[in-house]
Amino acid sequence: METILEMRNIVKRFEDVVANDHVNLEVRKGEIHGLLGENGAGKTTLMNVLYGIYQPDEGEIIFEGRKVRFRNPRDAISAGIGMVHQHFMLVPRMNVLQNVILGYRTPSDPLINHKWVESKVEELSEKYGIDIALYEVVMNLSVGEEQRVEILKALFRDVKLLILDEPTAVLTPQEVDSLFYALKSMTKSGLTIIFITHKLKEALKVTDKITVLRKGKNVGTVITAETSERELARMMVGRDVVMDVAKPEVKFGKEVLRVEDLWVKDDRGGFAVKGVSFSIREGEIFGIAGVSGNGQKELEEAIAGLRTPARGRILLNGKDITRLGVEKREEIAYVPEDRIGVGLAPSLSVLENLMLKDFKKYRKGLVLDYEKMEDRAKELIEEFSVKTPSLHSPASTLSGGNIQRLILARELSRSPRLIIASQPTRGLDVAGIDYVRRRLVESAAKGCAVLLISEDLDEIFQISDRIAVIFEGDIRGIMDRKEADYERVGYLMAGGLEVAV
Amino acid sequence: MLDVGFVSSLLASSIRAGTPLLYATLGETLTERSGILNLGVEGIMITGAFTGFAVSVLTGNPWLGVLFAGFAGMALAFIHAFFSVTLKANQPITGLMIVLLGLGITGFFGRSYIGEVAVYINPIHIPHLSTLPYLGEILFTHDPLAYIAVILAAVLWFLLFKTRYGLEIIATGENPEAADSVGVDVDRVRYICTLMGGFLVGIGGAYLSLAYAKLWTEGMTAGRGWISLALVIFSGWMPQRAVLGAYLFGGLDVLSFKLQAIGVGIPYHFMKMVPYVVTIVVLLFSVIRKRAAFGAPAALGIPYVRGKKE
Repeated sequence: METILEMRNIVKRFEDVVANDHVNLEVRKGEIHGLLGENGAGKTTLMNVLYGIYQPDEGEIIFEGRKVRFRNPRDAISAGIGMVHQHFMLVPRMNVLQNVILGYRTPSDPLINHKWVESKVEELSEKYGIDIALYEVVMNLSVGEEQRVEILKALFRDVKLLILDEPTAVLTPQEVDSLFYALKSMTKSGLTIIFITHKLKEALKVTDKITVLRKGKNVGTVITAETSERELARMMVGRDVVMDVAKPEVKFGKEVLRVEDLWVKDDRGGFAVKGVSFSIREGEIFGIAGVSGNGQKELEEAIAGLRTPARGRILLNGKDITRLGVEKREEIAYVPEDRIGVGLAPSLSVLENLMLKDFKKYRKGLVLDYEKMEDRAKELIEEFSVKTPSLHSPASTLSGGNIQRLILARELSRSPRLIIASQPTRGLDVAGIDYVRRRLVESAAKGCAVLLISEDLDEIFQISDRIAVIFEGDIRGIMDRKEADYERVGYLMAGGLEVAV
Repeated sequence: MLDVGFVSSLLASSIRAGTPLLYATLGETLTERSGILNLGVEGIMITGAFTGFAVSVLTGNPWLGVLFAGFAGMALAFIHAFFSVTLKANQPITGLMIVLLGLGITGFFGRSYIGEVAVYINPIHIPHLSTLPYLGEILFTHDPLAYIAVILAAVLWFLLFKTRYGLEIIATGENPEAADSVGVDVDRVRYICTLMGGFLVGIGGAYLSLAYAKLWTEGMTAGRGWISLALVIFSGWMPQRAVLGAYLFGGLDVLSFKLQAIGVGIPYHFMKMVPYVVTIVVLLFSVIRKRAAFGAPAALGIPYVRGKKE
């Protein structure tokens, strides 16, 4: 097979950070080439350089045997490179057709030739098996459908090389399977695909070759059929990783949280949580699996006290807290999904963020006793190993992992009875993930009840005692981890109904 | 009092009073569709009114006046575009600065033109049609600029909803990152829309001094720029709805004078309030109904910086 793309010695710096440090990448025509690495390893930066979003500081790109230099995405597109970004680049208020042809010139330009577009899309649908209603408004589509629109957008422009940036992050296991099937069939018709991921299992499942990046450097390229999860993990992290946080058997105590027939509205006034009931005991981790946007946010906010339920009750230690404010819910620790927006005051300092819930304890007359607060903050930073330039740096300057440690430090140090942890490891590197999970397990062992809301099935299965699946605001089946399997949970996540076994 | 003659003369003058609003509303609609919020309409309009008047006085050609009013509007819009698009500055503040700038400059240079007489743009009576009973008076006795405004609304509708340019403009106002990712030059689109928008607002001003009031006084826009901003919301960022909205608001303005003249006991201040009250009610509806077709462009007023998250 001939080489379609070669990136040689690519260097990209952002101020004093080197995001890509002399990276080489060689991709052959018709293969699915995995680009594997942790968050911050420089995968997306490398692809943005290729796609013309960033200019490389050094190095050269050879595409189809010619040295190229893309000044912007338009150049890359016209050369035949397409990219499906991690965050979809769609206009929600436009329909599928408008999104597909945005920036494209149809034969009747500047008028839009709908007939021509329709027939071209039909051709592509037949060739690649992508089916989508052209006149549906994008805001009414599911995430899986939105992704198909993005892929269609690229195919429509006759790309030869398609870059997919973490395409499975938002999909259910079933949708992932159908995506992989579509990708394989695309390569059969000569398309080349670069598949960015940090998930080892996916890389092994769908790619032909894998290039691993670590800290902006190329660690090596391997043939998928000849490698293993263990080898890839070692390349990615740079050392052997034990990828298990064991949850010790704990005897569950009395009930801490009880949710009874809870109905919660979303911002648009529709019900996002529809009659949810469950309870969590001391020492138990209760995992709620589900694709984002199925009512998780509203549910966690209702329990944390940020959103008033329309109906139903929330009991903490037997006391009705349904209508109490956040301040009155002292015994709840909340690690929100939106770390920067809800979990922190990003422009305040690390110290202030740590003391956000406790500062009233440090009153000295009319002012605050900063000396005492600093002492306490130093202890916390030590205990939770938060890496920060100083106590007075703005919290927003910390990395994702350290922001999460900061939030954990504030929340867990207040000896809570219930911990709500929502997507607690999303976007963290392996070390950070390990740390967060360990902390949650430890807290449970000490008798805390933990509500873990996560899209990451591996995480749910790793540390939960019981697993529930949420779909469209409804809890579909609560099962013991021991009797749960991926297939069943995946089926429920995709909206399948529990069938009596 | 409500005889047919009164109503048809009211409707005819509604169109005249609504035309300057229509120009300004169309201009601001184009600007806002690309994601730029230009609050400076009042300042641009008054600059257009003065420039048009002065050029007509100096050259004796009112159409040259209209053209230069457009250019003057464009010049002020360029300041706004430069701050908003290139410098990514706070758009409401830049817009308010344009208002003060426009009012100040025209107040200063306009002093010597107060009481001057320019060559004006006069109504034309369209043969045959204008002699139709009632309908003739309402629809076919206006000046050319009034007709051009309606044609412009149709052109703008076509441009926005039927062409690739419109698609690119709307996408830029909704999700500039998405537009950028498929090769649309976001900054260029925003510059062009803001400048063209300023041109139209400027003409709206010239209409005021050269065709409607036929005089120049300081501050003669008297809040019409602000009403146009409300009209953009009222019409749901749709040029076709702007036509009706402008005539409706123009009509309310005229009605307040007419009712006063025939001695109806409503203080005219209340009549002056009506456009704003109507706008608030429309805003309320659009918020309650949350209909996609009614909302503001999603990225309105937000500077676009490539590669910046959130």
